[in-house]
Parts: sequence; C-alpha cells; structure tokens
Amino acid sequence: MLIKTLTDRLSADITPQEVYLNRRQFMAGSAGLLLPVSAIAALPATKSPLSTSEKPNSRDDITSYNNYYEFGTGKDEPALYARRLKTRPWTVTVDGEVAKARSFDIDSLLKMKLQERIYRLRCVEGWSMVIPWIGFPLADLLKQVQPTSRAKYVAFETALRPGEMPGVARRVLDWPYREGLRIDEAMHPLTILAVGLYGELLPNQNGAPVRLVVPWKYGFKSIKSISRIHLQEKQPPTSWSMAAPNEYGFYSNVNPAVDHPRWSQATERRIGEFFKRKTLPFNGYGEQVAGLYRGMDLRRNF
Amino acid sequence: MADSTTLARPLALHWQQPGPRLFAAIKVSLFLVCLLPLAQLLWHALAGHAVNPIEDLTRGLGTWTLRLLLLTLCVSPLRALGAPGWLLRLRRMLGLYAFFYACLHLLTYLWLDQFFDWGAIVRDIVKRPFITVGMLAFGLLLPLAITSSDGWIRRLKRNWGKLHRLVYVIAPLGVLHYLWLVKRDIQSPLIYAAIVAVLLLWRVWRYLRPTLAARVK
Repeated sequence: MLIKTLTDRLSADITPQEVYLNRRQFMAGSAGLLLPVSAIAALPATKSPLSTSEKPNSRDDITSYNNYYEFGTGKDEPALYARRLKTRPWTVTVDGEVAKARSFDIDSLLKMKLQERIYRLRCVEGWSMVIPWIGFPLADLLKQVQPTSRAKYVAFETALRPGEMPGVARRVLDWPYREGLRIDEAMHPLTILAVGLYGELLPNQNGAPVRLVVPWKYGFKSIKSISRIHLQEKQPPTSWSMAAPNEYGFYSNVNPAVDHPRWSQATERRIGEFFKRKTLPFNGYGEQVAGLYRGMDLRRNF
Repeated sequence: MADSTTLARPLALHWQQPGPRLFAAIKVSLFLVCLLPLAQLLWHALAGHAVNPIEDLTRGLGTWTLRLLLLTLCVSPLRALGAPGWLLRLRRMLGLYAFFYACLHLLTYLWLDQFFDWGAIVRDIVKRPFITVGMLAFGLLLPLAITSSDGWIRRLKRNWGKLHRLVYVIAPLGVLHYLWLVKRDIQSPLIYAAIVAVLLLWRVWRYLRPTLAARVK
C-alpha cells in the first residue's frame, strides 16, 4: 500500500508535459520581445473564401461542449479530461495505396500553408455551431504521398491511449475510433485537417493535435486526434456505423430529408440561439459538394 | 413554551408519531425540498453559462420526473421495512410533484423544441417511438393526478387503488422513453431500469407471497 501511495504521488509530481511546454514557450517569449504566451501559440493563417460569414460561436462554447467519447460520453467530460492526452511527440502515418508512404511529424504539419476556415458544424444530435478552424486541405497532404489508382477510399484512425483516455475503459464504441471518406470526398477543397481553433493551437478536447473537418457531413465524421491515415480500395468500416448500422451510414451527409430513425433531422438548434433553424442539405455546402453524389440514392446511402 | 409536553416525549415517539405541528413542518419541508431541483435547473439554464441551456432544462426536468416517480414507488417498500406510517401521508405530494415535473418537461418539448407546431408534434408522436412512449406515460399520469384529491378517493372507493396501479405501467414507460432517446451510452437509463425492476418485483413478491406460502404448507 505504501509503495502504491508513493508511486501515485511521484507520478502526480511530474510536471505535465503541456505545462513544461508552456514554460518553454514562455522562456522563448521572454527571450524575444516579451510577448504574451498566447501570441507565441498563435498560428499564422490566411483567410479563405470558403469561410462562412456567419458569426462564430464563442471559444467557450466550442471548447466546453464536445463529443469525444474517449474522454467520456458527457458533453462536459472532454473539457475536464482531455488535457491528459500527450500531443507531443505525435506522428501521423499515411500509408496503403500510395507511392510514397511516410509518417508526418506534427511539427511538419504545423508548417503547412495554414488557412482559417470558418465552417458550420452540424451534430447528428440536432445542434450546430460555427467554428473558426485553422488548418490545410487534406488534399495538400495526400498529394505528398501520391495515391495510386487503387486508392478509392481513405480510412482514418484516432490514437488509442488507454492510459490517457479514461473513456476507452468502457466499450461504448469499438476502439480505436475509425472514420472514412471516399477519395473524391477526401480530395475536395472543403475537406481540411485542422490543427488550430480561434487562431491558436487546437485544444485537446477539440481533437488536438490534428483532426479532420468535413463540414457537409455530421460532426462524428470529423475524426479527432488522428494517428493513421490509410488509403485503400475497399470502403473502410467506420465506428458509428459499426455500432448502429441502421442509424449511421458511411456517408452521413447532413440531410434534412433523411431522419435519424429515432429523431428528426429537419431542424437544428444553433448553439446560442433560442429558435431552431431549418437544417440545410449538405449543411449548406450543397453548391460545392452535391456533384459528388450525382446519381446516388441518398436515402439508401445515408 | 406550550410545547413543553411535546418536548418531554421521547425522540423515538416523535419519529413514530409526530404531533400535528411537527408533521406539518415535515410536509412543508418536503414541499420546499421538491422545488430545489427546479430552482437549480432554472438557475443553470438562465444564468448564461450553459452551452445548450434548453436541452439541459428539458433533460433535467425529465430526469427529475423519473426520480420523483421512483421515490413515490419507494414509499410502500420503505413502510414494509419498518418506516413510520406518516410516510404514506407524504406519498401524494411526491406523486403530484412527479406530475408537476412531467408537465414542465412536456411544456419544454411543446414550446422550446417544437414551438407549438401542432402538425409537427402529432407527426413526432406517431413516428418516434420515444416520443410516443413519453406521451403515453404522460397520458396515463393525467387521471392519477386528477383523482388524487380526498373527494376522488372517497368517490372511487376500492377502484381508486386499482386505478392508481397504473403507476406500475407509467414508471417502466418513463424508463423506456429515456432509453430510446439516448444515443449510445445507455448506462444511466439502465440504472433507472434496474431500480424500477426492483421496486416492481418487490410488489410481485408481496402479491404472490401468501399463495406461495400456502403451497409450501
């Protein structure tokens, strides 16, 4: 018992990585122009014509109301527990049907040409937000590995760290969390990998260090804390459709005409608003993406 | 100090048979305590720090409806376990509070979720099993609330007890309503289901006990 107590205390005494990283940032800052820490963490990003002009939700809303089951199924749990996730060092392995498989260090991803993309996010549960992401088109990354002609689909996987993710002790979903896109969806200019939010590094509860954002699909498609990207010929299995195939399909495009079997998808509550809004087909991005699904029965391919 | 006689009574006697003034105090306290969840929910929803206040309010009112319903169902087993008889005289208030929270829960759905779009509400009731079941539970709760007065108890005589056994249907429907609305993590509705199961199985056991005992003999 004594030994156990001692080790507990010892592990608690170790400075959390994020704290010492902050310390470093602070020292780097003081050595320079005595800039505040937040200015050091700021990500240089250009504006994008693909951003919406709608007013973004507050940083507080975006960082305290999250679905990230690896840290618990409550909306408030990711904000409480996600700080345990060590996001440095971090690599994203990209392999499969590609000419040049390789791993990307997170620092190299942060050096990509970053843009601000202010996107609507529609959760399958019936609420929505407007979020100012910082990131780069997924296509920019995929082009570097040169997908082969057999790369029809892209599979994504979230890191699985039982020691840092208290939620994975319960098998609410079949871990690790998995998602997937068709290659043309993945290469679409609206599809981005996000590394930041509100001009700063992505908070852990929002999927740090790097996450997918596909604004015309329900939020669960935008997989967080990606550790692996695999290009393949076959359609990959995805976590929510594995868990409930009759409720969640592979495509999961926002579609007010196709209800969730248990609730309507016709309307949504924009966080911060009193009245509900009508949900738009493809979450309002139909002009850009409807062509991807020409000739497909979207009731069947939900 | 008119109460010096009461004070002189042993504490155990106060517990078993509280005088009218003590019982009135207990009743008023319970009345106020049952309002605390509502106060907390309203404060949470209106203070401005909730991200999705309307959903929190709706869910919170539903949860407390279920909790009060289960508390009402706890009274008989507690009595059988030796709790004093005056507990039975508080049961009506617990039941009516369950109904009160159910009304507010329904109101948040009709108003803040559907904005009194009656066409959409009817479609919802027909199409969505969890709404159907919730509405059914509320519909069954209604006659119980109406007939909760002394006058109705007298008028219905023995039928009153039969009618109020509807609560044995309402509580499982309430749990089902919760279970079907949850996206994936059903741990919490399962806990409520287990409690309802224990409370109802105890009643089955109590009902069958004389028959079983006779058979053993």
